[in-house]
Amino acid sequence: MDDADFPGLGLHFALLSLMAIGGVSSILPGMQRYLVDVNHWLSSTQFANAYALGQAAPGPNMMFVTLLGLQIGGLTGAIVTTLAVVCPPVLLTLAVTRMSANNPDSHLGRAVRGGLGPIAIGLTLSSGWILAQSADHDWRRALLTLATVMLMLRTRFNPVWLILVGALAGISGMV
Amino acid sequence: MPAARPPTDSAPDSVRPKIGPLELFIAFSQLALSGFGGVLPWAHRALVERRRWLTQSEFVETLALGQLLPGPNIGNMAVMIGYRFAGYAGAAAAVAGLVSGPFAIMLALGLLYRSYGGLPLVQHALSGMSAVAAGLVLATGVKMTGSLKRHWRPWLFTALALVGVGALRWPLLAVVGALAPFAVAAAWREEA
Repeated sequence: MDDADFPGLGLHFALLSLMAIGGVSSILPGMQRYLVDVNHWLSSTQFANAYALGQAAPGPNMMFVTLLGLQIGGLTGAIVTTLAVVCPPVLLTLAVTRMSANNPDSHLGRAVRGGLGPIAIGLTLSSGWILAQSADHDWRRALLTLATVMLMLRTRFNPVWLILVGALAGISGMV
Repeated sequence: MPAARPPTDSAPDSVRPKIGPLELFIAFSQLALSGFGGVLPWAHRALVERRRWLTQSEFVETLALGQLLPGPNIGNMAVMIGYRFAGYAGAAAAVAGLVSGPFAIMLALGLLYRSYGGLPLVQHALSGMSAVAAGLVLATGVKMTGSLKRHWRPWLFTALALVGVGALRWPLLAVVGALAPFAVAAAWREEA
């Protein structure tokens, strides 16, 4: 990418951030589409790697966007993507907090949450689906993904340990 | 700390401790950097159990509103908690604390990836990590379906979003923009 692309990148991520109901993982398909499919700034493997690295580090889950920005546009890119994802929701939250009569149990609040919740779930599943397609090139990796889903549903392991197991499985040549 | 307490908050504040922007920055930096694999449990530990800045129910209410609003839940909580204690300066300090440490770590990781990402060993590790990370997101989605009502309508919207964005790879903004008004209107009528 070149410098002229930064405003577009920032605007796109800012718009997406306002759609991130239920967390930033739900807008991952939008980021993947913009960075990989439309602009070809990253390969889908690089995208999946950046997401995985972001999950392995301490901090809010959303911080993988810093890594995406760094990879496509250096330090400026990192600042642009991070601010674009952090600032719009922060300003919106501040506005809602100011009008603090707005409590989460108001009729409108319940309707918005009840209506957008199912969409957020569909988006989160889409994120997992797209990441799996980028990461699982053969049946053994697909099996690792499936095993992760099972472990997460049945146990209470910290996800970081599972990521470490994934790294070891990769290094040892099991996947 | 000179920051004025915002007058709009209606909660009883007789027991509320006096906390300034610097303390907010430090507290959110600490909890962000201890949070491997998600910050929320650490936030609860730091803010409710250790520092006692919030009661259990205040934490849950803040979380509920944070989840209702778009964006990272923990970021929205940082805004609300920071504002509650120290106004705009507090909100800015809490968010800055939450983001700046992890930002530096991500830069370091990114530079390492740039230097060593091509090594076969690192490639193998990353491919395993990516397969696990995909599973983590899928599992989160599956867990979230536990909150759906036993009624066809919410499941239909979940399925439409999954097909449009996941399978057909249509633009997320367009899919959400098309589905959201119907979904909220349907929920509004159900709630009424």
